[in-house]
Amino acid sequence: MTNQDIIRWLDRIADELRANTHYLTQLDSPIGDADHGTNMNRGFSAVHAKFPTMTAMDIATQLKTVGTTLVSTVGGASGPLYGTAFLRAGGAVASKQELTASDIVAMLEAFLGGIIARGKAQVGEKTMVDALTPALHAAKQELDQGASIADITAKAAAAAEEGMKATIPMLATKGRASYLAERSIGHQDPGATSSWIMLRCLAEVCSDR
Amino acid sequence: MKKLINKVEDVVNDSLAGMGAAHANLLRVDLESQIVVRKNAPVQSKVGILSGGGSGHEPMHGGYVGIGMLDAACPGAIFTSPVPDQMLAATRAVNGQAGVLHIIKNYTGDVLNFEMAAELAELDGIKIESVVTNDDVAVQDSLYTAGRRGVGVTVLLEKIVGGLAETGAPLEQVAALARKVNSHGRSMGMALTACTVPAAGEPTFDLSEDEMEIGIGIHGEPGRRRLKLASAAQITEMLATPIIEDLELKAGEQVLAFVNGMGGTPLIELYIIYDSLNRILTGKNIRIVRNLIGNYITSLEMAGCSITLLRLDDEITRYWDAPVYTPALRWGM
Repeated sequence: MTNQDIIRWLDRIADELRANTHYLTQLDSPIGDADHGTNMNRGFSAVHAKFPTMTAMDIATQLKTVGTTLVSTVGGASGPLYGTAFLRAGGAVASKQELTASDIVAMLEAFLGGIIARGKAQVGEKTMVDALTPALHAAKQELDQGASIADITAKAAAAAEEGMKATIPMLATKGRASYLAERSIGHQDPGATSSWIMLRCLAEVCSDR
Repeated sequence: MKKLINKVEDVVNDSLAGMGAAHANLLRVDLESQIVVRKNAPVQSKVGILSGGGSGHEPMHGGYVGIGMLDAACPGAIFTSPVPDQMLAATRAVNGQAGVLHIIKNYTGDVLNFEMAAELAELDGIKIESVVTNDDVAVQDSLYTAGRRGVGVTVLLEKIVGGLAETGAPLEQVAALARKVNSHGRSMGMALTACTVPAAGEPTFDLSEDEMEIGIGIHGEPGRRRLKLASAAQITEMLATPIIEDLELKAGEQVLAFVNGMGGTPLIELYIIYDSLNRILTGKNIRIVRNLIGNYITSLEMAGCSITLLRLDDEITRYWDAPVYTPALRWGM
């Protein structure tokens, strides 16, 4: 995976978040504050606007640029969470010109680690972590079996989708949905959904390579 | 959606521009950095008082920038925490070399963004103290929630610590008073209607004609319980009782009673709530010696109210009474 693939990945995320702005905001209305889609779209539109300067950067710098841009533009909890995730992901692939399968898994691990460090959520609290944790497990398993980058990212995306759906019956104990207590049950977590979208975009870019 | 707006994406900016034009004697609006700053900031040797949060709660926080209250406010998008860049720009703008107090309402987004901003400001060599308000008794403060939300006490706290800061008190003392005020106050709110975030275009939840939500926050989120609509007296009882119990208010104590409208409820109704609250407290021999009634921490056009009770002592009362001159609160000067 090269720095041009990273741009393709980010471009795809920006497209998908724009297309899903209303959907994510709708998911956020009953259990949050009806802004997740708008915020994520604003953040990735700002990332998109930086592509002209980003194409020549190495991968780590690209990912760190995404991180600082999201921190500066998204707001809410998602800004610091995804911002820290991309900053840590960049740190995990420092000085790499091209990412191998194990680099990609290391990047995902750092991405999830950043979200956990900033948000202090654990699995089962109805958050982004519930999509990203099974995705990382799946990616590691595939890597251990010597799978290709395309297969690793596809399995990760599939696991993230399952993890996202598994948030529906969960009781939220972190973030704004936790204020609803048992009334948070029955709603899919918007943060887990945007995490799944990012991993799905990664898988799509990797399968097109 | 029917709103007095130009373009959905310009709501916050257009409103800030109007505010800057209306109150140029008190504050300046920096649209580039998205901050509202006291006109003569930084005031040398005075602790800078900074707050911020999503827009949609007007007059909080921008309406409290001026003399004797906030030195700066960082408005985010509607119901969305502002970003660290805004908080850092505002911190720098109000740093009079005596440090800056960040007043943060306990919401995950606000806390995380202010955390990052404080880290950045400290790298600049600016002394920061942070106080998180968490006065909402509707939320259990437990491992199973993000903790109690910061609501009505935030307004009172901004006024009281702003009064102390104006005397030139050091940062540690200002922060200590802020923490005391937070620990002395509790709130609970209710909604008769939902509200519509302009970017979402539709109400954040459905509430039928004969229903109400008890235990709401200030972001259009639904509350803890949905009940059949009740009388103002019954609603006051539902809101006041958990506050009185949680504060363990006793006969003979003095309080500030704050009846706040959520944005879409007229004063005539808020005074009905105040009347009920006054009866309840008088019945328990708890004395209301200060009060505040009106729309001060709102959720766009939501109809409903919140009640905040603040246990008073001499220090808190003194700085509540201290002169204040801001767009939304002014007395004593």
